[in-house]
Amino acid sequence: MAGFREYKIGARIFGLALSGSMAITLFFPSINIASTASTDVALAKQLSVGHETGFNLDDPLLKGKNKPLIVNLKTDPKTGQPLAQQQTVFVYPAGTPFPAGILHPRILGTGVEELSVQQGHIEDARKEEGAVFALNKAVYQGKEVNFIEDLSTTKGWKPEDVMKVAKDEDVSHAGAGKTMFVREGCWWCHTLLPEETQDWQVFGAPPMQGDFNGESPTAFGSDRKAPDLLHVGSRNSSREWMMMHFFNPRLVQPHSIMPRFDYLWGEKDANGNKIDYAKWRQEYSEYTEGKRVTPPEVPSYASNSEIRSLIDFMLSLK
Amino acid sequence: MFKYLMAKNEDIPSGASAVFFGFSSIIWFVIGTGLGSFNAAKLAFPDFVTGDMYFAFGHMRQVHVLAVIFGWISMAFAMAMMYITPALGNNKLWSEKLGIWNCMLWNVGLLVGLTVLWAGITSGREYSDFPWPVDLYLASFVFIPLGVNVWMTILNRRTQGIYTTNWFFAAATFMVIIVFLVGNSPEFFHLTGLTEAYLTWWFAHNVLGLWITPVAAAIAYYTIPKITGNPLYSHRIGHLHFWSVVVFYSTPAAHHLMSAPLPEWLKSFASVEGVLILVPAIAFVSNIMLTMKGKWHMFVENVEVRFTITGCLMAIPLNMQGGFQQTRAINWYIHGTGWIVAHAHLALLGFSTFLEAAAVYLGLQTLLNRKLYSLKLANMHFWLLLVGFTTYWVSMTIAGLIQGAGKIYEVPYIDVVIAEHPYMIARWLGGTLVFTGNTMWLYNMWMTARKGTVIPAGRMPHELQYER
Repeated sequence: MAGFREYKIGARIFGLALSGSMAITLFFPSINIASTASTDVALAKQLSVGHETGFNLDDPLLKGKNKPLIVNLKTDPKTGQPLAQQQTVFVYPAGTPFPAGILHPRILGTGVEELSVQQGHIEDARKEEGAVFALNKAVYQGKEVNFIEDLSTTKGWKPEDVMKVAKDEDVSHAGAGKTMFVREGCWWCHTLLPEETQDWQVFGAPPMQGDFNGESPTAFGSDRKAPDLLHVGSRNSSREWMMMHFFNPRLVQPHSIMPRFDYLWGEKDANGNKIDYAKWRQEYSEYTEGKRVTPPEVPSYASNSEIRSLIDFMLSLK
Repeated sequence: MFKYLMAKNEDIPSGASAVFFGFSSIIWFVIGTGLGSFNAAKLAFPDFVTGDMYFAFGHMRQVHVLAVIFGWISMAFAMAMMYITPALGNNKLWSEKLGIWNCMLWNVGLLVGLTVLWAGITSGREYSDFPWPVDLYLASFVFIPLGVNVWMTILNRRTQGIYTTNWFFAAATFMVIIVFLVGNSPEFFHLTGLTEAYLTWWFAHNVLGLWITPVAAAIAYYTIPKITGNPLYSHRIGHLHFWSVVVFYSTPAAHHLMSAPLPEWLKSFASVEGVLILVPAIAFVSNIMLTMKGKWHMFVENVEVRFTITGCLMAIPLNMQGGFQQTRAINWYIHGTGWIVAHAHLALLGFSTFLEAAAVYLGLQTLLNRKLYSLKLANMHFWLLLVGFTTYWVSMTIAGLIQGAGKIYEVPYIDVVIAEHPYMIARWLGGTLVFTGNTMWLYNMWMTARKGTVIPAGRMPHELQYER
């Protein structure tokens, strides 16, 4: 065996050079990134989309299973009395995996971690029983800091009680919607990253360094063939428009090159009637050929359909 | 192939695994570019095959990208390694049987991986899209066995020194395993947030910089001296190339996220290192060009030399773009536009594909002992690839400049989409030409294996006349 004996020095320098690169490109950046404290954006994002939206064992086929719900709460779930002020809560039904920030409060960053653990009691949340989380604010070392509060511990609010008092229109399936966003590859064309240079006027403020703690995948996107969506919910909050646009983008924007996502409606519409896609397409082509004055009506989606989650996610991108 | 899986190592003919890798790579190239052409058609004509989840653009784009990277390019690399490494060590491949198994498990794993990806089961991370079980499979049954075979062949060589090509092969197979395991660590350990975003691009950058670019270059270091008969112009420049790849190419990952909120020091550092990529690039191109001295007629007459030199020439604009487009001065204009898509195709379909195609042409003829079946088809393949790629590159570069202008002047986005439409059609035409060329190539190589003239023992393919 000839071995590497003539290459002793070379092999060592190779190891040194490669480890040097790894130190600079992995070790130092990770220390720097890990020291960033979460902003309220990061806290709300991880609570609304949960543990993981790429492939994971809780939802291996990316169907939007085992995801939290956002509830715009108007009634106290314990007493049944109306709340003085509406409150946004993040509901994790029993068995739903918690986001990284709850499992490892360390990643929340200085201040946020301490307050979430001491005042928010997030370490008392149990996956088997489920939990109800909300954002709260307190002063930490002279600065106002956002933190996560586990309402199941602090107020005794149970996920099932919250869901009992919540009406369907007050519930957002944004967590499952992000799964659709990842699965359908929306991010191949729509970035979630207004750039730090010249993007602000149309697409809104670029994100801050602390806006991502606990989020996975971040799905920034790299090849923007369509508008950035990080703040789309602030630009356009019309469900009606979103519905038409997803069913067939050419209904609202004739020059759009976006694919049709009509298949996310599933088998049945909001009233439980079977959706006749062939008929719809037939009528639509008659419309494009000028044989019809108006395009066919877009079927209204069922409240448990995939498109509902996706639209909920779009509207949550403020 | 299957009959060799259970055969004794010494009963498997030398070069068998390289031949299987060669044909697999061509088949994946046909599939990958076919998908590319289909995807491009959807961007040009959005209602072309619509309303079906499995033919939606978002389900197919990543299948195209990973089919060409891990099917075509990486399998062509494996093919090149399995016949060049022993040729340069004056020995046989360490284990043909491992090679055969490697090839089979690679094809199966890639097929399964791309199928689940097609169904939308993805990690949601660009270039590392495969779910983590597939990543673990690819590391264990694709890259590690390949590395072991290459390292053991080099260790058991019967020559005193190690030639440039084999330094690159040994180092790149090692580095790609590291890159694969570290780059996918966010999925293994559920690392989140900016760490996940940064590691996504760390993987994407390094899989190009420490795997595709150095191995493609290493192939040229073999093919050009071998076919022209000229010795490599300078081993010193080869050293410079090798060491500058290890030091400079492994560090600029953050330049893919120049407009994201990463730490500023990291972006600045990455950007400076990014310009230094010009060092290995210039070393490589000049070394190959100077090796051609006195043999430039072969650029016209010989298929493999023509492919290799064309690829090397494309490395010049590739690295000029690559070195400077990631600086803050230029990146703000072209980041996230079609310019980058054009650049990525210049790297993979221009520079590297042409070098690998040469290796597969040369390797299959050498190992099968058969002269290329048809020069005419090979010429057609070359020109369809070159014209198709150029159409694609020019149209996407223009589209990218339009998008960049739209971005900085904050034009309503739909006007950018309208302005890009003709270039999207051109892109689809270019991609279709490439796909057509590849189907011809597959036929040509198949016929070479069946009907090519037998090369007498001790002769190289290029010493025989082309017949058709």
